[in-house]
Amino acid sequence: MSSTTSMSSAASVASAPATRFAVPGRIAVSNRAAATWQCATLTEIRRETPHASTFRFAVPAWAGHLPGQHLMLRLRAEDGYVAQRHYSIASPPDDDGHVELTLDHVDGGEVSGWFHTVAKPGDEVELRGPLSGFFAWPGDRPALLIGAGSGVVPLMSMVRHHRARNLTVPLRLLVSARAPEELIYASEYGAETTPVFTRSAPEGVAVGRVAAAHVARLLADGPDSGWEAYVCGSNGFAEHASRLLVDAGQPVDRIRIERFG
Amino acid sequence: MNVTRGFAGRPRVRNDGLPPGQYDARDDWPVLSAEVTPELATSQWTFTVDGLVAEKRTWNWDEAHALPPSAYEGDIHCVTSWSKFGVRFAGVSLDTFLDLARPTAEATHAVAYSHTGYTTNLPLADLTGGRAWIVWEYGDRPLPAEHGGPARLIVPHLYFWKSAKWIAGIRLLDHDEPGFWEQNGYHHRGNPWEEQRYSGD
Ligand SMILES: Cc1cc2nc3c(=O)[nH]c(=O)nc-3n(C[C@H](O)[C@H](O)[C@H](O)COP(=O)(O)OP(=O)(O)OC[C@H]3O[C@@H](n4cnc5c(N)ncnc54)[C@H](O)[C@@H]3O)c2cc1C
Repeated sequence: MSSTTSMSSAASVASAPATRFAVPGRIAVSNRAAATWQCATLTEIRRETPHASTFRFAVPAWAGHLPGQHLMLRLRAEDGYVAQRHYSIASPPDDDGHVELTLDHVDGGEVSGWFHTVAKPGDEVELRGPLSGFFAWPGDRPALLIGAGSGVVPLMSMVRHHRARNLTVPLRLLVSARAPEELIYASEYGAETTPVFTRSAPEGVAVGRVAAAHVARLLADGPDSGWEAYVCGSNGFAEHASRLLVDAGQPVDRIRIERFG
Repeated sequence: MNVTRGFAGRPRVRNDGLPPGQYDARDDWPVLSAEVTPELATSQWTFTVDGLVAEKRTWNWDEAHALPPSAYEGDIHCVTSWSKFGVRFAGVSLDTFLDLARPTAEATHAVAYSHTGYTTNLPLADLTGGRAWIVWEYGDRPLPAEHGGPARLIVPHLYFWKSAKWIAGIRLLDHDEPGFWEQNGYHHRGNPWEEQRYSGD
């Protein structure tokens, strides 16, 4: 490659195009915390639904997190084999030295299988984080949260943060589950939450998917400045819910998506 | 690190193609993107090479398809710890586009950017020498929108967040500038064999 004489000095200071959508510049991610593995001790297991349980860990050197962030967890076998997976943090930031994760029991799942069939209080695992500032919500802007299944986990951290700090900024949660008995954190929801049931619902509640009407109602009910939308769940759900939001007029650069794969 | 009590992992065969900390996703191809999947028609798609080049160039769908074809057959690795073996992507080698735009001697780095506004940074050396492609086919079929169709960048020797979906262009720079995930705590280079996942790794 040869240099050309036609290069202007302006061109030689070319800079990267700006990232157009919703990087929250206000959130600093700690590179050190993200790179360091720490030992976490399981202190408590709470059953949430027949397929999901919450695992509470003591992590004495935990640097803190923002609602919505996730971490990486690893397990090691005798022969040195390591399995690592990402999990969203369910607990709010004000839970010093502890984090909680809520895991679905995936059929044949290597890591979730260990948690649901072997793990007991006192066991130690390793984790690193918090990771990714993108899906985080510091509690500063009106937030519309839409989740399905275990996709509600990072959103619950936001709801709990909102409660714990008595925040007044508007917050709404639309959560989809197959049936009432599969709704994770069912007993904790308040007026901010609309549950949607896809297979069976309580008396008097319709069965169906998250639909345009739900989204339209929440957007109409929004603050003048609009919502920051957070969508979390399987890829199929994320595609469906984000499409509904776009069709209802939510700007694409104010939709954040966390896909569990 | 200590052994996890009672954890044996799944029965497995030794696989030298698997970078450390990765598992074989087999038939799965998880989708991981932070933004809404765009509805981008091939008639709207363009690809531009600009910044430190002798000649800024833009190709539309038909112009890009008229270039000599090139395919990648091999493995891909995602930072979320899955790998996928023996995939086939077809399109055009990035060398072909760069040769036509002619990077200047000052160009050392690049930022790939997408039609959605996603960005990711790469050393120029990781994009040349038959190591990067602009592709529109996956396994002989059009690349699905959720995987970056109509066209995406692939840089298979790095973690897949470097392989920008819905690719709109490559800008050449004389310095490194972190992109979207790199600003969010991910490693600047992302070599799976060295487990360069997060900054500080
Ligand atoms: C950012 C992020 C946040 C997440 N947060 C959460 C969360 O809060 N809660 C949660 O529950 N999940 C979450 N996930 C998903 C989580 O990371 C795991 O993917 C999930 O727990 C499954 O892992 P596993 O090891 O149990 O299953 P895996 O062993 O990975 O298996 C997954 C599926 O593939 C099949 N499979 C894979 N390999 C083989 C093989 N070799 N042989 C046979 N079958 C195989 C399994 O049978 C199963 O159906 C998150 C993912 C991401 C990316």
